[in-house]
Amino acid sequence: MVKEENESPNRPDNTAFTQQRLPAWQPMLSAGIVIPGFVLIGLAFIGIGVALLITSRNIQVLELDYTGTEQNSPCFQCSDPDKQNCVCTLQFSINRLFEGPVFFYYGLSNYFQNYRRYGVSRDDGQLYGDLSYFKEPYDQCEPYRYDRNKRPIVPCGSVVNSLFNDTFRLFQIVNGQQKEVPLDGKGIAWWTDYNIKFRNPTVTPLRNAFNGTVKPLFWPRPAYELDTSDPANNGFINQDFLVWMRRAALPDFRKLYRRITEGDYTNGLPAGNYSLEIAYNYPVLSFNGRKMVVFSNVSWMGGKNEFLGIAYLVIGTLCVVMSVVMLIVYAKFKFPEEE
Amino acid sequence: MGSVESYFGQLCGQQQKKEEERRLRANDRPFNLSYRYANNAIKTSKYNVFTFLPLNLFEQFRRLANSYFLFLFILQLIPQIASLSWFTTAVPLVLVLSITAVKDATDDINRHKSDKQVNNRKVSVLIDGELQSEKWMNVQVGDVIKLENNQFVTADLLLLSSSEPLNLVYVETAELDGETNLKVKQALTVTGKMGDNIEALASFTGEVRCESPNNRLDKFKGTLAVNGQTYSLDNDKVLLRGCTLRNTEWCFGLVIFGGPDTKLMQNSGKTTFKRTSVDHLMNVLVLCIFGFLASMCSVLTIGNVIWEVKEGSAFTVFLPREPGVDAPLSSFLTFWSYVIVLNTVVPISLYVSVEIIRLGNSFYIDWDRKMYYAKSDTPAQARTTTLNEELGQIKYIFSDKTGTLTQNIMAFNKCSINGKNYGELFDYSGQRMEITEKTQRVDFSWNRLADPKFIFHDHSLAETIREGNSEAQAFFRLLALCHTVMPEEKKEGELYYQAQSPDEGALVTAARNFGFVFRSRTPETITVVEMGQQVVYELLAVLDFNNVRKRMSVIVRNAEGKLTLYCKGADTIIYERLHSSCNKLMGVTTGHLNEYAGDGLRTLVLAYKHLDEHYMKEWMQRHHEASTALDGRDEKLDELYEEIEKDLLLLGATAVEDKLQDGVPQTIEQLAKADIKIWVLTGDKQETAENIGYSCNMLREEMKDIFTVSANTAEGVKEELVCARRKMCPLAAEAPTVAKARAGLFWLEKTETVHDDKVDGEYALVINGHSLAFALEKDLELELLRTACMCQTVICCRVTPLQKAQVVELVKKYKQAVTLAIGDGANDVSMIKAAHIGVGISGQEGMQAVLSSDFSFAQFRYLQRLLLVHGRWSYLRMCKFLQYFFYKNFTFTFVHFWYAFFCGFSAQTVYDEWFITMYNLVYTALPVLGMSLFDQDVNDRWSFQYPQLYSPGPLNIYFNKKLFVHCMMHSCYSSLILFFIPWAAMHDTVRDDGKDIADYQSFALLAQTCLLVVVTIQLCLDTHYWTAVNQFFVWGSLAVYFATTFTMFSNGMFLIFTSAFPFIGTARNSLNQPNVWLIILLTTLLCSLPVVAYRFTVIQLHPTVNDKVRHKLRKEALPGPAPRRPPVRRISTRRSGYAFSHVQGYGDLVTSRRFLRPRKNRPALFKQTDSPLAQNQPQHYRTITEEPEQPMCH
Repeated sequence: MVKEENESPNRPDNTAFTQQRLPAWQPMLSAGIVIPGFVLIGLAFIGIGVALLITSRNIQVLELDYTGTEQNSPCFQCSDPDKQNCVCTLQFSINRLFEGPVFFYYGLSNYFQNYRRYGVSRDDGQLYGDLSYFKEPYDQCEPYRYDRNKRPIVPCGSVVNSLFNDTFRLFQIVNGQQKEVPLDGKGIAWWTDYNIKFRNPTVTPLRNAFNGTVKPLFWPRPAYELDTSDPANNGFINQDFLVWMRRAALPDFRKLYRRITEGDYTNGLPAGNYSLEIAYNYPVLSFNGRKMVVFSNVSWMGGKNEFLGIAYLVIGTLCVVMSVVMLIVYAKFKFPEEE
Repeated sequence: MGSVESYFGQLCGQQQKKEEERRLRANDRPFNLSYRYANNAIKTSKYNVFTFLPLNLFEQFRRLANSYFLFLFILQLIPQIASLSWFTTAVPLVLVLSITAVKDATDDINRHKSDKQVNNRKVSVLIDGELQSEKWMNVQVGDVIKLENNQFVTADLLLLSSSEPLNLVYVETAELDGETNLKVKQALTVTGKMGDNIEALASFTGEVRCESPNNRLDKFKGTLAVNGQTYSLDNDKVLLRGCTLRNTEWCFGLVIFGGPDTKLMQNSGKTTFKRTSVDHLMNVLVLCIFGFLASMCSVLTIGNVIWEVKEGSAFTVFLPREPGVDAPLSSFLTFWSYVIVLNTVVPISLYVSVEIIRLGNSFYIDWDRKMYYAKSDTPAQARTTTLNEELGQIKYIFSDKTGTLTQNIMAFNKCSINGKNYGELFDYSGQRMEITEKTQRVDFSWNRLADPKFIFHDHSLAETIREGNSEAQAFFRLLALCHTVMPEEKKEGELYYQAQSPDEGALVTAARNFGFVFRSRTPETITVVEMGQQVVYELLAVLDFNNVRKRMSVIVRNAEGKLTLYCKGADTIIYERLHSSCNKLMGVTTGHLNEYAGDGLRTLVLAYKHLDEHYMKEWMQRHHEASTALDGRDEKLDELYEEIEKDLLLLGATAVEDKLQDGVPQTIEQLAKADIKIWVLTGDKQETAENIGYSCNMLREEMKDIFTVSANTAEGVKEELVCARRKMCPLAAEAPTVAKARAGLFWLEKTETVHDDKVDGEYALVINGHSLAFALEKDLELELLRTACMCQTVICCRVTPLQKAQVVELVKKYKQAVTLAIGDGANDVSMIKAAHIGVGISGQEGMQAVLSSDFSFAQFRYLQRLLLVHGRWSYLRMCKFLQYFFYKNFTFTFVHFWYAFFCGFSAQTVYDEWFITMYNLVYTALPVLGMSLFDQDVNDRWSFQYPQLYSPGPLNIYFNKKLFVHCMMHSCYSSLILFFIPWAAMHDTVRDDGKDIADYQSFALLAQTCLLVVVTIQLCLDTHYWTAVNQFFVWGSLAVYFATTFTMFSNGMFLIFTSAFPFIGTARNSLNQPNVWLIILLTTLLCSLPVVAYRFTVIQLHPTVNDKVRHKLRKEALPGPAPRRPPVRRISTRRSGYAFSHVQGYGDLVTSRRFLRPRKNRPALFKQTDSPLAQNQPQHYRTITEEPEQPMCH
């Protein structure tokens, strides 16, 4: 490596790099590595798959469709788009204890929250509480940027405008009496959304910030009055609003509505009959969408999804099979040793 | 600013009127300036400070890829279709443009510097009657300037006068045409008589009319009008810029062409731009990808139409259409939106990366110590940095002979004197010993005049001479007398010989060292120092060489008055003229000659006879009559020569070795094993060429047949070719099988490929220049190609530089194979430029070949390292790179395609925009570069051990259209996994705290993380050679990905740039979920395990050479170098004598007074070149400049 003395400057340096002699590890796909490797991976996968599957099986899920397209559905009469402030009630029963904490989701299907123009139609500046965007919303918000009178819409855009506005109340029927199950609406959105990404303008009272603006067209109430029961849960940091704004990746999705963690229901929903009172506002029939509510509990791997467990099992098995095939090939054809 | 104007002038289609004829008057600036001739300033730079930006950008956007991305960028600025933010294209584009701009700028700054340096050189100019020192750039046409010895010629000058007698000047033209011997120029007497009289020169008002500026170096036409007289001017009176004045104290010249008009500048630039076959393939593929992109976009557009009709129209409750945008318009916009989203199938970084890889691999060539030649201190050089991978695909090599295969050094190797063989060494057991560097040399220190460079190993010969053996003395006396060499003794005792052929120089030098020193000659005498005593011989006659006689003789009278005829020549010729008393000696000598021939030496037989004074007198009388005869002079002389050259007494034979360069036979053997065909194209005579063919093992005695084509008519040539073909392959069809195909961009190029016929056994073809001229005609070229390709070895002799290029073009045209031409001389330039790869042998005299070559090194043997190691690796790396690069980009893009079916074909991207921007630029750039700069399948020693490893290259096995499709399928599979596994696993799932994780942002993060891990693992599978750098790049890039992701999705970034980083918190919220990591693991293994299984199985079932060697390499250490085979004694009746490569006419020269003016320094009399044309015809090898003689296939 040392340059000899009296060497001409034209003579290239003798380094491992310039002479392409860098020490290197040269792995090869030899039978000794590949076949045992496949077996090991296969076994590990089967192990993981079994664990996942068992976990997933233990998660309880209850899905209730309330779109109301069918005649016998309790919400049938509400599905008429002309009907205002319609309320329908869904009855269901639980056979055994629905272990808590129970999460209460609403689900929509055939709903393209991932449509590009829908997705970009929002103004993160506004939602961050930047008042300068209140006067002139982001141009991608069109056509929900200004109302007919050229007043800026705050918050603007399609995503905001289409905020899900069905509300639910859950009752357990105990001895023929309706006992309301307390629903916890706090902390259902991401911490970062609640604390960083979305902020109300630092104006008190909040409503003053919205002077000169109009509420989104579909909304019954302006942003600062989203939650009438809890004044702190208003504006852009309203939990339901935050959940809605985290748009779904796929056209069928469910969103967290409430958690059931309080009172008598800390351990879950006991077996029994329940009734769900739905304020049916959100129109989905025009695009063949469906609405549902879902009760579910979770595990370390999240919600119920058997796919992952099955996939691990199948692939683990395939690996083992493949290793056998390769072993046969190796034994039969084996690398011709001679030149 | 004038230069800028002229540049734009050129751009606007040559506004200036073309100069028809140049008129100028000496010392009359106002008159000359009226013509607006260019002054002597040169400008090779392209830009200045102001023009750099616009011109450079203009140049860069002429590249298809760059303008494509500019187009994309513009698309992205249209809000209706901007599916991606502007920066996703702008950032890479600006980066690429600026890297190129910086490179161009540094190049141009260097050109500015060298221009400045040249323009500011000083020269003496005659202004207002006195000599003033002036900068070169201020010299005007019509100025008279004074040049001194060893100065560069300032501009193209008309020589006016010089310090030398007869107004001669000597110039070296190496910079111009690569020839190092001096050339003589002579001024007109009318101007010459002015000498250095400043007054006369200042009042000189000659008017020159001459041709307009052009690039023909060997022609000049014009007239000079002085005092009403007109004199014609030709090339002999013109000094060209680029020459150097030598051996001439001073000279005066009149500037005719200045700066850009000089022939040197007219010759520069405009070199043809070579592209590699991978380049062509890449262009085709990129075009296919464009088509593919368009069809993908169309599919998605149709999807969009259907969706809009079925779903979108109903979904308007939540997503109202913009006013004026109906379904058809919306889908039209979608098309362009998808063009933007899917543009990554044609990655801009591809071109940049390819350039970087090539540059890196070129540096390896420059850096290679094993291609550095210490003796001439020359490292190898990759002069073109864009052709590396082509080095791994060479199918045909066209080699020059002299200076390339051979050293152009003749060594007196052996001799046979009076039946005794000298020059070989035997050990004690009588075995022939190999002569190596270490063998003890004969000490010539007893001879004061000996040439120290002369090497001889047989001590017995020196002893024999010093013992006074009369035959041996006569032998060397003959060598010292019978030749046409010119001696030069600059210092007492320092003799230099200028020989017309190097063989002759070798023989005279041998005589000199063995004590018969040829010291000086006059037309009538030859002075020889014989064993320390000066002897003067009277030279009575030189019986010169010619092609028929194949011998030369001298008749001399020694100091005692004895008359002797000394003769040397080809054995067959001399043997016919020997005295019958020599029969026995003849037999022994023939045996020796056969041995010499077997060793590939050039032999010559020496004989003498004493002459009778009386007869001589009478013969001289007749000789005089004959040589002054008006008609039939040559015949008469021949008759006379024939008469006197008989009854000769045999002295012995000499053997001269045309020294091959080191390792030539081994290199040729290696290249042959690698399935590369080598054709030798030489200007030399057939005998010499064949001889070299034998000595470097291209022609072998055991070959089935060696065909010689030397007919002088088209029919004859055809017959010989057909005959040879039938003999090799009697069953082959008469008509060659030609496969017609279309290739190139848009399949516009028609190609014809001639298929090889199968031949049993080895054959060789030797074809002569005359025959070649016929064979290269349209109707015979296919026949020639077919026959030649059947042979193992093809040697073309006596070919002109143009023919060399034609042969290369022929193979290029009908074989669709990659060709390499290697040569050292100016006559190889055309061939070097015509071939796909041109290699110049550097470190020797001329530089012309090197200057026009793509690669240069000092020794032919480095060719095997260049091809088998560097070329092979470069090709392998480039192919791996391309395959991987296409894979990673297709995989990246196809995921968008699948997602389209789930997002209403709305051109929604799967990944975060920043990820799209950084993917090619940051996250995957370095690992793949690391692989393409460091990867090697086996190291260099194994590459040499198994030259077969080279064979996949010429067959295009590592990357081709099939593999490209394969690569696309693989990408398709990977992208399906990459989309649908996360899709299925994320569907309806939630975090472990019940919160949302199936949101778009988490999904994007998951998909992009999976993608990055998968392509990284794929890279790991492709990498065979894991250096520390590779490890660093691979793991570093992954680390950088996670680091950047967490940074970009951090609170801080969002607080600073609110709208630029909407993904805040996504990384934290999803990458802490175990099932996210389980999904990443699953997709990764699902993408890579099938590859592993497939590759493993393929290796087991169909192992390639590569696999076998790699397998072997694990098991055993590299075998040591093969033991050197002891030299095999071969006997051959094939002869080659330098007599055959001699040129006639030098006998007259040495006996004339023309070149014998006593001078301190004499210019070289003879030039060494192997071009038969060099001596009598102007050469036409400067294809850089002349209009292309024939269409070049590119």
